[in-house]
Amino acid sequence: MSIEVRHLTHTYSEGSALSAVALDDVSFSIQDGEFIGLIGHTGSGKSTLVQHLNGLLKPTSGQILIDGEDLNGEKVDRRALRRRIGLVFQYPEYQLFEETVAKDIAFGPKNQGLSAGEIDARVRYAMDCVHLDYEKYAEKSPFELSGGQMRRVAIAGVLAMKPSTLILDEPTAGLDPRGRDRILSMLEDLHRKENTTVIMVSHSMDDMARLATRLIVMANGKIVASGTPREIFSQREMMTSIGLGIPDAARLCGALREKGYDLPADLYRPEELKQHLLRLWKEAGKC
Amino acid sequence: MTETPRISLDGVSYTYEEAPSPALSQATAAIREGEFVAVLGHNGSGKSTLAKLLNALYIPTEGTVLVCGYNTKEEKYTWEIRRRAGMIFQNPDNQIVATVVKEDVAFGLENLGVPTVDMIPRIESALATVRMSKFADTAPHMLSGGQKQRVAIAGILAMEPSVIIADEATAMLDPSGRQEVLDTLLALNKNKNITVVWITHFMEEAAKADRVIVVSDGSIVEDGTPGEVFEKTDRMRELHLDVPHMTALAEELRSEGMPLPGGILTVEDMVREVEKIICPSKSAT
Repeated sequence: MSIEVRHLTHTYSEGSALSAVALDDVSFSIQDGEFIGLIGHTGSGKSTLVQHLNGLLKPTSGQILIDGEDLNGEKVDRRALRRRIGLVFQYPEYQLFEETVAKDIAFGPKNQGLSAGEIDARVRYAMDCVHLDYEKYAEKSPFELSGGQMRRVAIAGVLAMKPSTLILDEPTAGLDPRGRDRILSMLEDLHRKENTTVIMVSHSMDDMARLATRLIVMANGKIVASGTPREIFSQREMMTSIGLGIPDAARLCGALREKGYDLPADLYRPEELKQHLLRLWKEAGKC
Repeated sequence: MTETPRISLDGVSYTYEEAPSPALSQATAAIREGEFVAVLGHNGSGKSTLAKLLNALYIPTEGTVLVCGYNTKEEKYTWEIRRRAGMIFQNPDNQIVATVVKEDVAFGLENLGVPTVDMIPRIESALATVRMSKFADTAPHMLSGGQKQRVAIAGILAMEPSVIIADEATAMLDPSGRQEVLDTLLALNKNKNITVVWITHFMEEAAKADRVIVVSDGSIVEDGTPGEVFEKTDRMRELHLDVPHMTALAEELRSEGMPLPGGILTVEDMVREVEKIICPSKSAT
């Protein structure tokens, strides 16, 4: 599925005294199978943008084309399009409500009018995607689970609709390191094995360094940069100036280069730093 | 002079109603005046239960919690304890009660029955300390998450506390908001000698503390300086926690034979140690 955003502008409370431009002439496109990291400080417009991508918000002006079709066009079957673009909100576990994990995940497919057999297959598929054992958890109450597990149930509810694009707004916020890691490896699998296009909003540059194939950086309602993590994380000054950090490994690379060490400018993975530091150590010998 | 700990826990257990086993069991620790203590632990480890025991939101099922010498079990001290040990929570929106910043800061003072004439300078000084003076008349919903947390801190400061307990106060903030809140508390700790208990999931934040306490399955399992605790990389991973990125990198390099010392926590530490081992290549262009 390709997504193309053309000159998207969104003004909240237009015409009132509180009118605020959240998105200002934003254009970009996303190809099938990309893993997009959408980054920017609070209030930069990220959440407003993702809510446009599945039609929850309508543009004040501009267009969103899904496989060439205008998402807000008059003849478009928005419900069908929305099924293909799954949106996972921040803290989605607050929206769980059913008695059992299986029933909660089945909610979407049921509303879609699928057969009982197909619904069961979808629930099993979705639980498998989020790495939750069906036999162990399907009949449990979601409220008996840990925070991280509850969040995975909520994501499974979206995956049960078999979206071809999955959008997640800060999927690891508030989780402990193990919970974060579980969500990230699940997304990694989904992207690699199912070829799902993923758009992830996150504040964690380290999560982005690990997963994203491309980063889109937002500030004040505009896109200020777009490129591979390597391209973006080597722009240390730009990232710091808009209130974002860079991964620690990239920071170390910059600090050592300033001291005169012979390192490529664009290292950002700990593994790369390790190899280069070992190389320097072996080449240089002792001080 | 014998120093009374700001907070002391002696054999403290807490069991939630109808829970089969205690959420916190036999915890013993003393936190001294002026310490900045980070508390780490996976979700459900008992660290939030621990936090709530520190200002009498929970009363221990067993054992004793003393806050500035006051026993949390004695109801007559509850308000004194909460004044002395203020708490900030995860969600900035759940702890703002007023429609204007300065009124929100006044809330705790009003509850304590402080006369209005005394309130005003305390509010002004508290807002100045967290660098929010110019927002005194602003509506809280116009603020960023980090600013809201700083207002919550000002509300506590106005009560002239000895201890501030932050229960994952940065979990919902962006990187600059996180930095703002952490820097504010680090400064209060350093300049006003306020004892801070900082509960977090972020290892890089814990690395800035004087001391790290690790809670797992309801027990305190590690207690030491960040250097000491994070040096036990395998142990931390076994506890489903992490270590700071630079600590992990240092360990990887050591395993390849590079003679790096222990206790590397930050990028600055790593740069300093690398400089001791490898000369910058002068030939680099």
